[in-house]
Amino acid sequence: MSRLLPFLGFLLLVVLFGFGIWWNTQHDQREVPSPLINKPAPAFVLPRLDDPAQSVSREALLGKPYLINVFASWCVACGEEHPVLMADGKSIGVPIIGYNYKDAPDDAKAWLAQHGNPYDTVIVDQEGRTAIDFGVYGAPESFLVDGKGIIRYKRIGPLTPEAIEKELKPAIAALAKEKP
Amino acid sequence: MTPELGQLALILALLLALAQGVLPLLGAWRGHRALMAVARPAAAGQAVFVAMAFALLVWSFLSFDFSVQYVADNSNLALPWYYRIAAVWGAHEGSLLLWIFILNLWTLALATLSRNLPEVFVARVLGVLGLGAVGFLAFSIFTSNPFARLLPMPADGGDLNPVLQDPGMTFHPPVLYMGYVGFSVAFAFSIAALLGGELEQAWVRWARPWTNVAWGFLSAGIVAGSWWAYAELGWGGWWFWDPVENASFMPWLVGAALIHAQAVTEKRGGLRAWTILLSIFAFSLSLLGTFLVRSGVLTSVHAFASDPRRGLFILCFLAVVVGGSLLLYALRAPKVAGGKPFGVVSRETAILVGNLMLTVAAAMVLLGTLFPLIGDALNLGKISVGPPYFGFLFTLLMIPVVVLLPFGPYLRWGKGDSPLLKQVLLRTGLATVACAIVAAFLTDGQAKAIAGTAAAVWCCIGTLLYVIKRWREMPAGRRYPAEMAGMLLAHFGVGVFLAGVMLTNALSVERDVRVAPGQTESIGGYDFRFDGVQQTQGPNWQGDQGVVTVLRNGREIAVMHPQKRTYLRGQVQTESAIDPGLFRDLYVALGEPMDRNHPDGAWALRLYDKPFVRWIWAGGLLMMLGGFFAAADRRFRTRKATEPAEMPAPAWQESRA
Repeated sequence: MSRLLPFLGFLLLVVLFGFGIWWNTQHDQREVPSPLINKPAPAFVLPRLDDPAQSVSREALLGKPYLINVFASWCVACGEEHPVLMADGKSIGVPIIGYNYKDAPDDAKAWLAQHGNPYDTVIVDQEGRTAIDFGVYGAPESFLVDGKGIIRYKRIGPLTPEAIEKELKPAIAALAKEKP
Repeated sequence: MTPELGQLALILALLLALAQGVLPLLGAWRGHRALMAVARPAAAGQAVFVAMAFALLVWSFLSFDFSVQYVADNSNLALPWYYRIAAVWGAHEGSLLLWIFILNLWTLALATLSRNLPEVFVARVLGVLGLGAVGFLAFSIFTSNPFARLLPMPADGGDLNPVLQDPGMTFHPPVLYMGYVGFSVAFAFSIAALLGGELEQAWVRWARPWTNVAWGFLSAGIVAGSWWAYAELGWGGWWFWDPVENASFMPWLVGAALIHAQAVTEKRGGLRAWTILLSIFAFSLSLLGTFLVRSGVLTSVHAFASDPRRGLFILCFLAVVVGGSLLLYALRAPKVAGGKPFGVVSRETAILVGNLMLTVAAAMVLLGTLFPLIGDALNLGKISVGPPYFGFLFTLLMIPVVVLLPFGPYLRWGKGDSPLLKQVLLRTGLATVACAIVAAFLTDGQAKAIAGTAAAVWCCIGTLLYVIKRWREMPAGRRYPAEMAGMLLAHFGVGVFLAGVMLTNALSVERDVRVAPGQTESIGGYDFRFDGVQQTQGPNWQGDQGVVTVLRNGREIAVMHPQKRTYLRGQVQTESAIDPGLFRDLYVALGEPMDRNHPDGAWALRLYDKPFVRWIWAGGLLMMLGGFFAAADRRFRTRKATEPAEMPAPAWQESRA
């Protein structure tokens, strides 16, 4: 019997590892729940890409829901996401604010000129200071902010057609229902 | 065309591995010589095809074939050729191929050097190794194909993780894998012995040199990894108890236990079942390491791509290999506790205590590593135990090992020699106390530094006294047989390592400073003058390079150039500057400029003075040499199997018997 002990101990390990694999398929490792969800979006005042003299602030955007999409011309995954925004951006029903993150304004302009501009407004955070308040990991990331300035949904990584249909649009629909 | 050829080569290798894994085992079972004879040519053929696949992957990297997904992901046009070769094992698919290639090298070496062993036994050993190769080749072909195509082909590729663009990283994985995979040989010997029901202990002597060499390589691999982390990560640390580090450390601990257990089994016939079990554990832990790294079950700083399909495959493979061998062990392990009897004070007892501590330490590391997973399973949330747990328990468990270590060579098999032991205890103890007192004065009574000095002197002086004793008592030429020289080197290495760990830990000085050009900061008696930051450029990166002049008593002793590099894909990587020395390292890492718009202004710098840090790796390398030396002993060279299995005990044993 004692000779079976190593084998039995190992069986326990196998069960634990099997559980680990199963657990990982259920939980996205990158999905660190954002503490900002259902909290007010951080205050920001950031210049517009097309006209740095003008700026956009959190207060100015209050009243209507909007989607903030963090992007940069250096970001490879943003290039993957871009066609999706170009195709489906108009269909989601809320304005999209492009959040140009740690980028040279000229590069960003050239990038948008080349690939098309899906954004209603583009704001610039060249230093990435405000992005820290938003808890941005890296580009791309997207935040859905409701009319009261509260973050309702967050996605790390590129928006895919699937994510837009299954996550973003239901979240926007839920906002519309709350209103009355 | 090249990638398809590579893939074809892998498939052919898999078929040959199947032949090597199945036919010789069948042959050994049924006593069929023709089937047993398949083992060697199949192993050789498999090695040729895997070498071909490996060479083709190297070629794909060298010729910028970005139509291969793996090449496109891990290299680009600006990556220098040497890092393009290193990129072959820079990510999952390629390192798996390297693993298989190294398994083939070990198998080939065994096939060549085992001509004098019994045919049936060799057929079984090669068969078991073949089955291992089947598992890994299937893993590569079905879940991690390095030759998968990428269409449309991009104009340029991604980048090799900049963290890996360092000479240390070029050598670390191959050497480490030599160790990991090397334990497969000891494992195969044990399984073959179980299958054949070997009553003779001869197989243990045949397995010993292989185990020693594998352990030596593993030591070297861990040293290289530790050195790389120190030089590259910019934190000045040399060991982080990271899951992947632990994955290499557990087989090392069990391997160290196995080396000693094998000695007992070979020379005295004792601990037979234990030796077999340890061989199984050592290789299982190597496989487990692969599982932990590749399956993504644990997250770690070694961010390899993880994929549940891969995890499941390795888990099944692990279950079959380890589960199967442990079941075989339960059914076939030698039932009688054989071996010659031994007293309380004897070499056997000392080795047994050491074995116990090393295995418990490995179990402790395993438990700590798996803690986050257990936390998930019991719904306790993400909990992890950090360096406090590992550091404390490991130190505690190693105390008996360190205390016993100098006595190892003096103790005799079977029974002890108390008068001699008392003399050794007295001399070593006196030296230790004397040095500890000196250390207390020099370091203002720092407990860790005193303990470190004491432990190091205890091990080193104890070992040196034995070296002197042999020198006096034995005629020239017979003083230090290779096996003993290896043991003494490794034991001395433990002392050197201890000195390094404890003194670095106790005496290191670290300061984060903000300095303007021309300004001077002092730590540990050294003045660091910051002379500003220049722009610099490499083949595939641009960077800021600080200039720091180090002065001691007004005399310039070094000019250091810490860098902050930005690679093509925007990844930022610090490149610390190190001024190495036998007794201290000076280490400077460049932080951020205080004001982005004025890089000619003040910068943040991290300065370290790390005394004795190099002793850590020197100790590891001595242990490695010990493993290699011991394996080279003439006694291990196999003779014709027709000669009587009983070999004369070595002279140095008889002299004290």
